Amino acid sequence: MANSSVLTSDRPSVETSLETFRYDNSIVRLFLLATTVWGIIGMTVGLLVALQFVYPALSFDLPFLTFGRIRPLHTNAVIFAFVGNGIFAGVYYSLQRLCKARMYSDALSRINFWGWQLIILSAVLTLPLGITTSKEYAELEWPIDIAITLLWVVFGWNMFATIIKRRERHLYVAIWFYIATFVTVAVLHIVNSFELPIGLFKSYSWYAGVQDALVQWWYGHNAVAFFLTTPYLGLMYYFVPKAANRPVYSYRLSIIHFWALIFIYIWAGPHHLLYNSLPNWAQSLGVVFSIMLIAPSWGGMLNGLFTLRGAWDQVRENPVLKFMVVAITCYGMATFEGPMLSLKNVNAIAHFTDWIVAHVHIGGLGWNGFLTFGMLYYLIPRLYKTKLYSVKLANVHFWIGTLGIIFYALPMYWAGFTQSLMWKEFTQEGLLAYPNFLETVTQIRPMYMLRAGGGALYIVGALIMVYNLIKTTAQGKFQQEETAQAMALTKQYQSPEKEHWHRKLFEHRPVLMLVVSLVVILIGGLVELVPTFLIKSNVPTISSVQPYTPLELQGRDLYIREGCNNCHSQMIRPFRSETERYGEYAKAGEFVYDHPFLWGSKRTGPDLLRVGGKYPDSWHYHHMYDPESMSPGSIMPPYPWLLEDNLDASATADKITAMRTLGVPYPEGYEEQAMADLSQQSQEIADRLKESGIEVSSEKEIIALIAYLQRLGTDIKVKE
Amino acid sequence: MSVIMILIGISLTVALVFLLAFLWATTSGQYDDDYTPSVRMLFEDTIPDDQEN
Repeated sequence: MANSSVLTSDRPSVETSLETFRYDNSIVRLFLLATTVWGIIGMTVGLLVALQFVYPALSFDLPFLTFGRIRPLHTNAVIFAFVGNGIFAGVYYSLQRLCKARMYSDALSRINFWGWQLIILSAVLTLPLGITTSKEYAELEWPIDIAITLLWVVFGWNMFATIIKRRERHLYVAIWFYIATFVTVAVLHIVNSFELPIGLFKSYSWYAGVQDALVQWWYGHNAVAFFLTTPYLGLMYYFVPKAANRPVYSYRLSIIHFWALIFIYIWAGPHHLLYNSLPNWAQSLGVVFSIMLIAPSWGGMLNGLFTLRGAWDQVRENPVLKFMVVAITCYGMATFEGPMLSLKNVNAIAHFTDWIVAHVHIGGLGWNGFLTFGMLYYLIPRLYKTKLYSVKLANVHFWIGTLGIIFYALPMYWAGFTQSLMWKEFTQEGLLAYPNFLETVTQIRPMYMLRAGGGALYIVGALIMVYNLIKTTAQGKFQQEETAQAMALTKQYQSPEKEHWHRKLFEHRPVLMLVVSLVVILIGGLVELVPTFLIKSNVPTISSVQPYTPLELQGRDLYIREGCNNCHSQMIRPFRSETERYGEYAKAGEFVYDHPFLWGSKRTGPDLLRVGGKYPDSWHYHHMYDPESMSPGSIMPPYPWLLEDNLDASATADKITAMRTLGVPYPEGYEEQAMADLSQQSQEIADRLKESGIEVSSEKEIIALIAYLQRLGTDIKVKE
Repeated sequence: MSVIMILIGISLTVALVFLLAFLWATTSGQYDDDYTPSVRMLFEDTIPDDQEN
């Protein structure tokens, strides 16, 4: 009785509630253009860094072209510019249609677009200049971090406001993936970007050593999870059914996929720090959750692929589906491999090698790249009301791109296995079989060459796509807006079941829910963060570990500027193969004054944790000027400007103050003395170099870098 | 290692937010129908602006 009255009173009359509105296509076109342009640029930078492995001369002795500086440019460009714009393009297209509503605000949409491009532009300008925090995928300095935060709020505001004014009651699963992306990326970015500014272009991470590493990889892992995976899963759930014109294999499974993934993903971060100086229980926690991730990931992958069951003939005909099938397959491979790499025994072999590079490129080139291409081939003809200019060219792109992925990944797997085996090989006498690290690099140079070839193929394919899409736009006419009709949403919704309190509380108040949840996050975060900021140090200290001298601190900042951590780790794991090669394994207490930590994640060159005292000052001097003079065959680029430029020590006092604020025990008033100490130590090093026959002013940058390198790991080094 | 407690705290908070979202979704009827949304999303609601197409 009550139910029927609810139904009748709720049912609107068709005439009064059919609404006409217009979808905004031009914002979608802007983002599609941006993803294409930045994609080509990001991939080309990638090709350049790949070629530098084989031809180190390709840095042209220019500071802003060295691997350490442009590798972050490559990763930032492909992640935040190529994939980032791809996310926005896909979200702005699909969200409008899934909500049956135009984006909430055209102005916010435009701010979102132009703001994002400005952020990318600032990355392009600052990273090659060596303005970096050194934290992977979070290299951008603090002013840009703030800009990203504001822009993300604009995006979220626009998205949630659109969701609120939607004309479709049900939130399609893709929208859930977009919401998760927004919420989680916001939290991750803010927590990982806590840093203390020293001037406009320099900051120190709030956290030190092990803690910084943990925060960074909690961020780093979830950046992959919630920037490269969840938004693209949303796109998959929208564009694959659309392109195949058939519903997703199991909608129920897609719902389970989403919720299971969300609740498991965020715990897997510690698998990036296995065998590092991290408590064992934290490592195991990361491993367990990583393994559990196989279930939702593969559920989603199979759901995507099975959507095409009985429609494989379409895949043969339709290039859009071809790209998407490979993308989903790569998602499946990467999400199987990821948990496998999280097993400690597999990780012991794979960590620091090119295996990881292969792994991420299966995800990047295959999953993100191919899904973006599929989306472009699907959307451009639709937005221009025409057919794709050439299906044949799209097929050529597909095959060249697929070959590119194969030629990229297989050599990198081979290189990773080879190098790892060589690192760990012992002779019958119990000595390292390949004591010279360089041997293990020259061995895999042919693989690096093949990899560059694979990458080049991939770019050629992308360029063919650009031509094809330009031709497509030329033969069509862009439709700025599309008119659509839908019923207005009725105000009240009555579930056939009995009303629950949470429903009353939240159902009709999505804004309330959003605000409440954000407040809860902030309060919870602050309550827990503030006390630890007040604690001076929360890692057991080793009495012999001392803060860096002012000169060493400046040298360390040069190490960060040049991006040395992109090729050199500072993390000796407790394996005999590593302690034999590099020295005593790393202890958590050694890093208490490291803001930021510099453990690195890849060993293109040897570990540097215990390099202090290993070579004379003059060795470092010659080596930085021309690495090949000290290690013939080295693929490290030369750094002649370190010998020519004077160290800018003007911020020394500020840096000491900042470090003290962060809990480094410099005595009160040490700022006054810091410059004198710096000059004195510089002079000592210059004098030592003079004894070796090298005339160099004590004010050069190289002096500071040598001071830092000679300090590394000496605090607890066992004297031989 | 207090930072790990912070991270766990924040992660739990995020998880809690999603749990609330999940409760909202299940109790507000979002999943009462777990089939037709997948079909309905295929329908085009656009109407031609002019004669073309």
